Amino acid sequence: MIEINNLTKKYGNFTALNNLNLNISTGTVFGFVGPNGAGKSTTMSILATLLSPTTGSAKVGGYEVTKHPKEVRKLIGYMPDFFGVYDHFKTVEYLDFYGASYGIPRNERLQVIPQLLELVNLSDKKDFYVDSLSRGMKQRLCLARSLIHDPELLILDEPASGLDPRARIEMREILKELKTMGKTIMISSHILPELAEMVDEIGVIENGVLVSQGKVSDIQNQLSSNRILNIRILENKERAMEQLRDEKFVAKVEADEKGLQVHFSGEDKDQFELLSKLMADGHKIVSYSEAEADLEDVFLAITKGA
Amino acid sequence: MMMLYLKQKLINPVLEKEFRLRLRTIRSPLALMFYLFAIGLIAFGFMYMMFNDYYYGGMNPERSREMFYFLSGVQLFLILFMTPGLTAGVISSEREKQTLNILLTTQQSSTTIILSKLFSSISFMILIVFATLPIYSIVFLFGGISPSQVVFIFLFYIFLMFSLGAFGILFSTIFKKTMIAIITTYGTTIFLYGFTGLAAIFFESINRGVGSNLVGFLLSLNPLAALISMYDSNFTEQMFRSQKDFQIWEIFVFVYFIIMIICILLSIRFLRPALKKKKLKQS
Repeated sequence: MIEINNLTKKYGNFTALNNLNLNISTGTVFGFVGPNGAGKSTTMSILATLLSPTTGSAKVGGYEVTKHPKEVRKLIGYMPDFFGVYDHFKTVEYLDFYGASYGIPRNERLQVIPQLLELVNLSDKKDFYVDSLSRGMKQRLCLARSLIHDPELLILDEPASGLDPRARIEMREILKELKTMGKTIMISSHILPELAEMVDEIGVIENGVLVSQGKVSDIQNQLSSNRILNIRILENKERAMEQLRDEKFVAKVEADEKGLQVHFSGEDKDQFELLSKLMADGHKIVSYSEAEADLEDVFLAITKGA
Repeated sequence: MMMLYLKQKLINPVLEKEFRLRLRTIRSPLALMFYLFAIGLIAFGFMYMMFNDYYYGGMNPERSREMFYFLSGVQLFLILFMTPGLTAGVISSEREKQTLNILLTTQQSSTTIILSKLFSSISFMILIVFATLPIYSIVFLFGGISPSQVVFIFLFYIFLMFSLGAFGILFSTIFKKTMIAIITTYGTTIFLYGFTGLAAIFFESINRGVGSNLVGFLLSLNPLAALISMYDSNFTEQMFRSQKDFQIWEIFVFVYFIIMIICILLSIRFLRPALKKKKLKQS
């Protein structure tokens, strides 16, 4: 659905995107992760035909965004990171305006709009003025707006930014629903860890360069060479810490009220040997487990925190 | 074919949205009310002065014609004052409200968006100007002016609004901030209209009889001079000091029509990034 080849975007001397290569297949839910200013919004703006790249190419559904912008716009539903609404429109009128702007006939709009309002749980707000809606409701309305022409691809730039936990959960549920509808979704979000179960692939971008791309599980496996071991010891914690620091694959040992956190770079076999050694040395081990890396850990591990 | 194209371009969701939203704000009826109040006050003030003038003994066709000229001049300045304010924010305010990006990802073309924005803001201005017709009808009570002259003047106003509106919409497209767009539009209007008038007066006073074509050409860019040339067919001859095939207002319309088209085309070009024209290197 999306093919990006050697995409570069420069603003004067500043390079926002540097030879970005990215492929997203149809039906995939793609999480786009990266620190602020990494180039996520720039990439999404280029795909939405709002920015022209300096060099390289970007295709959506086989259409080059710079050559066939009108066809690309038919295929995408775009939700920017910051957006406004027309204050003097009612919710229904707001959706009707965008439906008409996409060339949807009036009778079709009359059928689609109630369905979309139901999808985003705003049916009871259909006659409310848009400026009277809460931020979470406006976000959901904007999502409904991006779906009005039944696009194949949804480009959602930080759709849950600034939302309270409840509104985030509501947004996540809607996105899950969209996934079941078979939409291809490209999403950048601060709540990506919360979306872990619905994201098929992630791409990590930093300083305009795609640092990593692949299935969530594959990237988590990459990280397993830098696993964290949680060890709870009944007594003599200090002696155990001293001993662990001298071990071959141990980079760092930290302690808190829960126990010891051991940064371990060895493989499964080495991890087993470490446990055996600790037991043989008489340490009273209550629990010994490997911390599960979530997407947030993946992100922090891959990016350098620029 | 042409009519169908224009229909598609002019009757569209963006235009409908603009009409609806503009008339839902309190500012629109207030602007209409204050405009009518101002022009009514001036008209009735003029009539009051006439009726209290014992020399002329009230209104007559000659006085009625003077009142028409006076009202037309006042209306011209009100249009010059209001049109930049109504048009110079139409694109930049959408950008500031962060609604423009969403609109640009719809199927609406840049031409449709720009023309709809221009037509909707000018339509409101036309509504205001047409609302003053009852005041103009006073003129007909006393004679001195034919209805065709009124129609002619109103057509000139509409043209003036479009030409000023084209400046406004261009600056609104180019500049990100509405305030800068408004200041630039007013600045351009004052420079084009004020400078041409003042320069004509200056050259007329220092160089009587010599190079008078310059004065004529400068005045041909000035809306007030164009308006006067519509009332007085000898005005062009007096200003050019020679027989001319064209009246000042005709030159005015010709020049500003070209400028208007250029401004609209540039606005359409700059609304979206140059996606097609730019040849991208495949690195």
